[in-house]
Amino acid sequence: MGFPHPSHPKETPVLSKYFGDAAARSFRGWVERGGYEGLKKALGMTPEAVVEEMKASGLRGRGGAGFPTGLKWSFMPKDDGKPHYLVCNADESEPGTFKDREIMRWTPHALIEGCAVGCHAIGAECCYIYIRGEFTEPWHVMSAAVEEAYAHNALGENVFGSGKRIEVVLHRGAGAYICGEETALMNSLEGKRGNPRIKPPFPAQAGLFALPTTINNVETLAAVPHILTRGAAWYKGLCLGNPKSTGTKLISVCGHVMRPGNYEITLGTPMKELIFDMCGGMRPGRTLKAVIPGGSSVPLMTPEEVDQCATDYEGIVACGSMLGSGGMIVMDDSTDIVYEIYRLAKFYAHESCAQCTQCREGTAWTTKILARILSGQGKSSDLDLLLDLSENMTGKTICVLSDSCAAPIVSGIQKFRADFEAYLSRATAPVLALA
Amino acid sequence: MTQELVNVTIDGVPVSVPKGTPIIEAAKQAGVLVPHYCYHPSLPAPAVCRMCLVEVEKAPKLMPACVTTVAEGQVVHCNSATAKKARESVLEFLLINHPLDCPICDQAGECELQDYVFQEGRASTRYADYAKRYNPVEDFGPDVLYVANRCILCTRCVRFMEDVADAAVLNVSERGDRAFIGIDPAQRLDHPWAGNVVDLCPVGSLISKDFLHKARAWDLDKSASVCPGCTQGCNIMIDTRDEVVVRLRPRANLEVNRHFMCDVGRMDYRWMNRGDRIEAPLVREAGSPRLLAVDWDRALARLAELVKGTTGKVVLLASGRSSLEALAWVRRLVAAQSITAAIKVPIGEAAVLPGVPNLALRRERVPNLDGAKLVGYTTEWQGALDATRSSALTILLDAALEEKEVKQLGGGPLVVLSTVHEDWYDSAKLVLPLTSMAEEHGTYINRDQRVQRFTQAKAAPGMARAAWWIAAEALALNGTRGTPSSAAEAFAALGAWIPSLGGLTYADLGLTGRIIEPTPAGSRE
Repeated sequence: MGFPHPSHPKETPVLSKYFGDAAARSFRGWVERGGYEGLKKALGMTPEAVVEEMKASGLRGRGGAGFPTGLKWSFMPKDDGKPHYLVCNADESEPGTFKDREIMRWTPHALIEGCAVGCHAIGAECCYIYIRGEFTEPWHVMSAAVEEAYAHNALGENVFGSGKRIEVVLHRGAGAYICGEETALMNSLEGKRGNPRIKPPFPAQAGLFALPTTINNVETLAAVPHILTRGAAWYKGLCLGNPKSTGTKLISVCGHVMRPGNYEITLGTPMKELIFDMCGGMRPGRTLKAVIPGGSSVPLMTPEEVDQCATDYEGIVACGSMLGSGGMIVMDDSTDIVYEIYRLAKFYAHESCAQCTQCREGTAWTTKILARILSGQGKSSDLDLLLDLSENMTGKTICVLSDSCAAPIVSGIQKFRADFEAYLSRATAPVLALA
Repeated sequence: MTQELVNVTIDGVPVSVPKGTPIIEAAKQAGVLVPHYCYHPSLPAPAVCRMCLVEVEKAPKLMPACVTTVAEGQVVHCNSATAKKARESVLEFLLINHPLDCPICDQAGECELQDYVFQEGRASTRYADYAKRYNPVEDFGPDVLYVANRCILCTRCVRFMEDVADAAVLNVSERGDRAFIGIDPAQRLDHPWAGNVVDLCPVGSLISKDFLHKARAWDLDKSASVCPGCTQGCNIMIDTRDEVVVRLRPRANLEVNRHFMCDVGRMDYRWMNRGDRIEAPLVREAGSPRLLAVDWDRALARLAELVKGTTGKVVLLASGRSSLEALAWVRRLVAAQSITAAIKVPIGEAAVLPGVPNLALRRERVPNLDGAKLVGYTTEWQGALDATRSSALTILLDAALEEKEVKQLGGGPLVVLSTVHEDWYDSAKLVLPLTSMAEEHGTYINRDQRVQRFTQAKAAPGMARAAWWIAAEALALNGTRGTPSSAAEAFAALGAWIPSLGGLTYADLGLTGRIIEPTPAGSRE
C-alpha cells in the first residue's frame, strides 16, 4: 500500500491530518495527537447532550445518503430495557470510493473513538465494525488498534473509569457489494445471506438481532471525536455558504486526473477547483468528458455541470447528480462512455442479491442490451428500451441497487446520447464481440 | 376481544379492517385481488417479487401491498396506471428468462404466472435477441422435482421449509440473474410435510412426481373433502379426471390445517381408484353354495329380515374411515339388540408441522375416531372380535380384516357392507356394495370435535350405495317412518338421538366445519 499524497493547501485536513503518519496508528501516538479527548469529554456528558452536539454540528452521514447523524441517533428508543447496537459500516464497496480504507489504515483509533462515543450516545454497549472482506491491511491495523484500545481501557468493561461498558467487535465481510447496504449488512452480521431487508421496521426499531440499532459510516464516526473536542460550532463553521452541508468530506478522486487520491475538502468547495487545481487537472492534451461524483450509483455529470457545481449535498443535486459516498470518478475525452456504463451495469448485474424481480432481471437485461450496442448490433429502439427498463427498475425495489444501476444508464443516455448513437449508426467500431 | 378497526378505501370501495392488516388482505375484503407471487397468507412476507406494488395516496412511491399495513383514511389504488405499469414490468422481467413451456408444464391452467400475464402482461417480448437462463431439472426429494428454468424465485418454498417446517433444506443459491433455488447437498426434500412446496409454488417450478404429466389442470374436477388419513382432519380437495382420483391437495382451513397437508395423507389415494369393487348386492339363498347377485329390493328385504329376526347380541366391526352418517345409521339399524360396536384404529408415527399450532399427522390413522365414539363405537377391537363368538349377528362395515382376525370370527350369521370383495366373504349371508368416502357425501369429527363435511368426488361403481342409505332403507322396511333420502337428511336426523348434533345441518357446517360440545358418555340414545 502506498502512502497518500501530501496535503494540498486548499484541503481542510481534519480526518486526513495524520494520513501517512504511521505513528498515529498506535494508541500512544493517537493520544499524543489529541486522541481520545473526545471520548473522555463525551463520557462526562449525558447521551442526550452528545446527540444534541451532533445535531448542532450539522454532521450528515458520509456513507451516501447524507442523513443527519444527530437526528439518526435521536431515533433510538430511550429506556426500553433492550440492548442497543451501534454498527459501523466499513464495507466501503461503492466503486470509486476508498476513503474509509485510508481512515482505517492511518487513524484506526479515530474510528474506535467515534464508535465509543456513538455507543455512549445511543445507549449501546457493543459496536460491530463490519469491514470489507478485501480490506486486508485495514483489517490488520484495526485489529491491532482494537486490542490496544482494550489494553488502555478505551474499550472494555469500564471505559476510562467511567463505569461504562463499551465493546467493539470487528467483523470481516466476504466480498459482496450488497453487504454495504445497511440492512443486508445486518443480515450478514447475523450469519444470514446478505439480502437487504424490507423497511419498516427501521433499524432503530428492530435492527441487528431485531434490537434497536444505529448504523453509521466510518467517515461519519471518525468525525465525531473531532466535533466533540473542537465543538459543534467549529464544525458547523466549516461551510462554504450552504448551511445544510457542513464540515469536511473526504473525496476519493480516481480516473483521468494528474493526482488521484483522497482529498478532504470543506463541503461547498467548487468541483472544478477540486478537479483542476487540487487534483492537477486532466492529463496533458486531454479534456474533461464526464464525472461520476459520488460513487458508481449516482448519475453522470457533464463538464458544464461540473463547472458550476459546489461539492456538497445540495450543490451536486442541483447539478444533476449526488454527493453519495464521495467516490469521484473523473473521465477525460479518451473515455468510451457507453463502455463505461456497460461496465457499471455488469457490476450491478453481478452484485444484485436476486431478491427483487426488477433488480435481478433488469440489471442483467440492461447489461445485455449495452453489450449488444457495444458489439455493433444495437437497434434504434434500444435506447428507448433502456430508458423504459430503467424507469421500471427505479423506486420499486427493497433497496436502491436497482436504482443505482439505472441512474448511470439514464443519465448516460440523456447526457451523452451522441456516444450511444455513434454505436447504433456504426460510426463507432464495435468493441465487444457478442457472445 | 374487540379489535381496533381502520377505515380505508381501496379502488373506491370503503372497508373497515383490523389495525395491522396488510393492504393485500384488506383489498380482498374490498373485492380486489392484488396480483402477487411471494406473498402467501401462511408464510412470512418478504416483499421480494414486487408484483403487489400499489399506489397509496400521499406515499412517495408505490408500496408493496403485502407488507404495507392499513392506516386510517388511507386511499389505495390497485389498478391505477402507475400500478399497472409496474406490474406489467414485473411480469415482463419474470418472463424474459421463463421457458414458456406451458404446453408441457403441469402447472398450466393453474399457474399464477400464466394467469397474470394473460390478465395484464405484454402481448409480445422485448427480449427476443438473447438466450434464456438455463439450469437443469433437479431431483429434490421423494416427490418433488425442481424445474429451475420456470422458477420466478418467489422463495415461498424456502420460507415454508425454513419457517413452517423448521427444516431449512432449501435456499436461494447464487446471486443476480444466476440465482436458483438450491438444496442442502447433504439432504433431501423428504420432510413429511415437504409436498406442500408443490402447492405453494405459484408456477410450474416445483412439481409433484406423482402427478407428473398425469392430467391437465383444466380437465380436472375438484371436490371439497376431508383427508381420511388421521384424526387431524385436514381439509382437502380431491381432484379427479374422468372419475379417477389423480391427486389430493390441501384446502384452506385456517382453524385446522391452514393451507397444508402432510405427504402421508397426500399420497394415500390410490385405494379410491381400486378396480376390485363389489358392484352388486350379493345374497346367499337357502341351499345355495355361493353368493348370488341380486337387486337392491331383494338385498334390502333380506337385510331387514335378518335384523328383525335377530334376538341375541349384535357385533358391529367398522372402519374408522366410515362416515358419521354410516356409523350412526348402521348402529341404529340394530338398536333394538344388545350391541358391541368397535372401529379399528391403525397406529402410525406422528409428524408435527412446527410452524402451525396444533397441526400434525396424528398417530391415530382414522379420520372419524371422535365421531365413532360419539355414536357409540369403541376402539376395543379385539374385544369386539372376541364377542363375535357369541353373537347372533355380526355386521362388518367396510372393515378390512387381516387373515388372523378372520380366523377369530365366530360362526354366527355375517352381513358384510364393503367397498371391495374378499374371498372369505363367501361365508356371509349378505354382501352389500358400499361407496367409498370419495364417492359419497358425509361427515367426520376430528380430534378437536370439529364436524367436517366431505363431498362426493367421483361416481360410485355399479350399484354401490352409502351405508347410511342401506341402513335407513332396511329400517324403513321394518317400519321406521321418516327415514332419510339424502346424506343431508341422514345427518340432520342424527340430532334426534345424539344431542350434541342437535339442530346441525350440512348448511351449518359449511365447508370448514363446526366444533361441537361432545355429549357425555351414557347420555346418548
